[in-house]
Amino acid sequence: MRLIENGKPVEDRFVRVSDDEALPEGAAVLIGIERFLKDAEALRERPAPVGVIWPNSRPIAEIEPYLGRIALIALNFPSFRDGRAYSQARLLRERLGWTGPLRAVGNVLRDQFLLMQRSGFDQIEVSKAADADAFDEAVHRYTVFYQPATDRRPSLLRQRLGRSAPGVGE
Amino acid sequence: MYVYDEFDRAFLAERVAEFRDQVARRLSGALSEDEFKPLRLMNGVYLQLHAYMLRVAIPYGTLSSDQLRRLAYVARTYDRGYGHFTTRQNIQFNWIKLEDLPDAMAALAEVGVHGIQTSGNCIRNVTTDQWAGATPQEFDDPRIWAEILRQYSTLHPEFTYLPRKFKIAITAAPKDRAATKVHDVGLRLHRNEAGELGFEVLVGGGLGRTPFVGKSVRAFLPARHLLSYIEAIMRVYNQYGRRDNIYKARIKILVHEIGAEAFAKAVEAEWEAIRDGALHLSDEIIADIRSRFLYPDFTPRADPPAALVAALEDPAFADWHRNSVHPHKVPGYAIVTVSLKAIGAPPGDATADQMDVVAALADDFGWREIRVGHEQNLCLPNVAQEDLPAIWRRLEAAGLATPNVNHISDIIACPGLDYCALANARAIPVAQEIAKRFKDLDRSRAIGRLHVNISGCINACGHHHVGHIGILGVEKNGQEFYQITLGGRADEHAQLGTLLGPAVSYEQVPGLIEDVVDTYMELRADPQELFIDTVARLGVEPFKERVYAAH
Repeated sequence: MRLIENGKPVEDRFVRVSDDEALPEGAAVLIGIERFLKDAEALRERPAPVGVIWPNSRPIAEIEPYLGRIALIALNFPSFRDGRAYSQARLLRERLGWTGPLRAVGNVLRDQFLLMQRSGFDQIEVSKAADADAFDEAVHRYTVFYQPATDRRPSLLRQRLGRSAPGVGE
Repeated sequence: MYVYDEFDRAFLAERVAEFRDQVARRLSGALSEDEFKPLRLMNGVYLQLHAYMLRVAIPYGTLSSDQLRRLAYVARTYDRGYGHFTTRQNIQFNWIKLEDLPDAMAALAEVGVHGIQTSGNCIRNVTTDQWAGATPQEFDDPRIWAEILRQYSTLHPEFTYLPRKFKIAITAAPKDRAATKVHDVGLRLHRNEAGELGFEVLVGGGLGRTPFVGKSVRAFLPARHLLSYIEAIMRVYNQYGRRDNIYKARIKILVHEIGAEAFAKAVEAEWEAIRDGALHLSDEIIADIRSRFLYPDFTPRADPPAALVAALEDPAFADWHRNSVHPHKVPGYAIVTVSLKAIGAPPGDATADQMDVVAALADDFGWREIRVGHEQNLCLPNVAQEDLPAIWRRLEAAGLATPNVNHISDIIACPGLDYCALANARAIPVAQEIAKRFKDLDRSRAIGRLHVNISGCINACGHHHVGHIGILGVEKNGQEFYQITLGGRADEHAQLGTLLGPAVSYEQVPGLIEDVVDTYMELRADPQELFIDTVARLGVEPFKERVYAAH
């Protein structure tokens, strides 16, 4: 797995810990939702950062009470064809005001990087090494964006305003 | 015509480059077929029974003559010299090689044509009335709104991997020619009592193995809120639509399972949060899109002109005129339907040469504009009535003037087992045989309007549920059987057909259809009562008794 943050390869400072493993002392950890909810009170006292993997089958609004004590939110793509986490990401950014790191995990492939970036993910955990190498190319393939999204690129509907329409009168 | 600008052209070129790279990665093995499949589908590329198929979008059914000529070029250069127009304002090329696809796409992109989002689990090509902008019936040109939706939905970051495909259709006329009630979202553009433009929003219609007529979730949505409301619908669907079973993943199942009221409530709650945000359509934005549609410089003319009156003395021309020419909003003009249902030909197919003929007619008489309707016919939306005789002669010479529009031989059919990897039974030869039985013009004219729809499998690409007579091919013990339904309709009174009785064999279908029609001719209250109205009045029982007694 290679981690890319804001377009640059980075070391993952979070340790992924499964539900039955002990939490490593003093390390930033990324844990599953069950453990996170079960141990919510105990985790509150933990000095090191805690990140949570939020499943795509659970309404993202339920995360709201915990946002103040989470250091990283990871949203899951069990298959690249399962697009629920795009909506979760946008709601986190645009509705719930999450400004912390937001990571795409799971079956994360090159042809979806741009969609993820536009939906508010700033961290992408890439499944294939070759895809990580092509990250820059993949997210710069397009210069034209038709609709507004989380990335706040101007949508074409607005970009066009005030311009004459080339071709009109042909 | 909508005029693509440098942004659209840049986007299309970028899309072609991306697909070229994806094909190269597939051929090198960097992409597995499983990974490649959704990518090619979202560019309209299917793997069919015999070859790859390219489905090309004709957004809201509008083509320029240059675009149609380019489709002819692709048919000739990369395919076997013809294309198949579908029920969703697309054209399909059935014999394209994978390695030729990027070049074919690049050739199409040069004239602003593409296969983007004609397949895959995304928002598909938005369809509308093929008479848009020309019919006297409409409240506004629905293509303005279809274009706004086209732009909004193109490579949408959030809605490219939906639970399942998503189809939107718009009608702006009370007569619904876009089958809006059997789409995932149907939009009925109209004006409220204050004269304000807005949409009735229907959700959850669709055919396939679980057909539903769409349910109205909002009687009037001011037009400026179109995008935010659609986004709210899409967001609810993307999160809560089922993904555990491909057959239960369409929005119609979600709407059915939680109920239209609960669904509407969820949408309204989401909409409240975004309605005044970045998707709000200001008057300026709407005016900008509107300004990109160029309309012919109509000057009202004599209606009817003397030349037309004289030409109508010719019975063959008069037959065609009565059948294929429809009223235009400007006096002295007409809308012409070009039948792609020549008796004995595959419904909806056009040869490259025929495409060139229609493109030339659009150049010479129709302000370079052609339309494609869901009935799988073409249309010249803006022609002067005095030019109709000349248009007819050229259509006639190209085999494009069969006077059977809306007749029983104007059959909607999917490609069926002759092409499709999903089909269980043939559809095209069934259509061909039925058309031959009713090729006598006096007979078919006496029958009047009658829509026959044929699907070669339960996925219902031939919209059999909403045919006045619906024919569904199924497979039993390795043999083709056909179920017949009566009384379906796709218009503003949309409803699903009722099963007539047990399925019959391939050989029995044409005779059975003749019996159904003969029964109608006997039972109808008067020659003005259409087939669909007789079925509505009497139900299917009298038809069933008669037909199954005979077989």
